[in-house]
Amino acid sequence: MEERPFSDITYEQYLKEERLMGSRCKECDARFVPPRSICVKCFSSDMEWLELKGKGRLAAFTCITIAPPFMIAQGYNRKNPYISGVVELEEGGRVDARIEGLDPNKPEEIKVGMPLKVKYLHTEVGAKKETYLAFEPL
Amino acid sequence: MKKKRKLGRGVAIVGAGMSKFGMFKDQDSKDLFADAFREMIVSVDKGVDPKEIDALYLGNFSSDYFMRQSHWGPIISDLVGIAPKPATRTEGACASSALAFREGVFAIASGFYDVVLVGGVEEMSKRTTEEVAEGLALATVPYEGRAGFTFPGVFGAVATAYFAKYGANREHLMNITIKSHNNAPLNPKAQFPITIQDLMNKKKESLKKREGTAPEWQTEKDFLNDPRANPVVAWPMHLFDCCPISDGASCMLLVAEEIAKNFTDDPITVAGLGQGSGRGFHASDDLTYFEATRYAAQEAYGMSGLTPKDIQFSEVHDCFSIAELVHIEDLGFFKPGHGYKAVAEGATRLDGLKPINTSGGLKCKGHPVGATGISQLYEVWTQLRGQAGPRQVPAGDLRFGGAHNLGGTGGTCTFTILERK
Ligand SMILES: [Zn+2]
Repeated sequence: MEERPFSDITYEQYLKEERLMGSRCKECDARFVPPRSICVKCFSSDMEWLELKGKGRLAAFTCITIAPPFMIAQGYNRKNPYISGVVELEEGGRVDARIEGLDPNKPEEIKVGMPLKVKYLHTEVGAKKETYLAFEPL
Repeated sequence: MKKKRKLGRGVAIVGAGMSKFGMFKDQDSKDLFADAFREMIVSVDKGVDPKEIDALYLGNFSSDYFMRQSHWGPIISDLVGIAPKPATRTEGACASSALAFREGVFAIASGFYDVVLVGGVEEMSKRTTEEVAEGLALATVPYEGRAGFTFPGVFGAVATAYFAKYGANREHLMNITIKSHNNAPLNPKAQFPITIQDLMNKKKESLKKREGTAPEWQTEKDFLNDPRANPVVAWPMHLFDCCPISDGASCMLLVAEEIAKNFTDDPITVAGLGQGSGRGFHASDDLTYFEATRYAAQEAYGMSGLTPKDIQFSEVHDCFSIAELVHIEDLGFFKPGHGYKAVAEGATRLDGLKPINTSGGLKCKGHPVGATGISQLYEVWTQLRGQAGPRQVPAGDLRFGGAHNLGGTGGTCTFTILERK
């Protein structure tokens, strides 16, 4: 695992393995999720992997009815909306993620600040297998 | 201390033009730019020979995607007869032509050119709504796009964060929509030149004819609260919180300030320029402001020696109603968390203390993304010269106006201050 480059490609590979990973700067202890290969605090490239617990709170969200084609391919549309959100992680840092387990047709019931836990969405559209980072209520 | 930036020499705007904005089946990008160019030529008080133009800078976001045609610099340069002189395309998502404007200013300020054409163009209406949503989402941060965020979705999320932090609600955003729709009928270039009141009455009549009964909407907010009239796009962004899909073009003629008198006795000069870069949701600890706008504003105020109080009116990038609210705070016109109260009190109306988006804004004027930045500057130029007709800011002697342009999800933000000396 130490061998893997600190990249978006690796971040996505880890999601497929159901692990939420970031990077930590060995020089100044700054933590980044998603991972960065260059520390933007001290500009060191001496990084190590950091595994996150996958717990956090909802910082912002939206329920989307006009979906882009790749979401339409997953079955979403004007009649079947989905939720995207920003999650503030327990360890600090934020991630963009899908939000599951809540009703996108009842947005008034979704509260900024509500506790969430990670869920990995494995999808298969045609021959294409993808894993998306998601969170659901704790 | 940070270095105070200044131009190597002054730059003046001596002409400006824009096409009508809207959805045009029978006009393409070239036709629209030709409209803007013709108006610009006529607007130069003492005339200009297009042969004097040294170069073109053209903002265009994504004709590559929308029209399957890229490389618009030389196409437009040839259209207006500038070729073989240089043409350069700039891309900063919805801020593409504000970047073209900046590059044109820098090219003159450096002493390299004396007369430069800057412009923007975008043609979007020949795609479906879903395709446009995908095309625009190409300008999100990759993590956002992957999480399913569309542009309305990103700003919907900003709205939920703002609501949670400051206690505002959808009704506050409706004030912005109603205000923009009140300004738009006064702008002959606007895509939706109709007030919400008139729209509501029209819809009532057509429903009465079709279904026998009309909905019991009394006020504009009754109408906007009804999901049949105003369906959700990306909660809490509804149809009337969102700018439309548009085609359009805009351009301006920039010259060295020292030769401006050859073109007009009433030049408008560049007093402040700012540009900032954003980092996306994942790198932001607070989603109720745009770091890049604050940075751009700081730069523009620093260069001009002005403060937010000095800016008498401003165009801001209201791609969504919540965006206008956040921008008027980021630009320092109102304190964070106070913007929605000021809007409710009418401060941003045409007759308010700080008129915002006198053009009708992106919401009603339209938002052909690559053309928007210079169309905002066009409005400021027109207002400063006292030529805005029925939508003229009534404050009297105008000296300073601002234009704020935002690209992507706050990835590229500019703030430009124009001055009438
Ligand atoms: Zn570091």
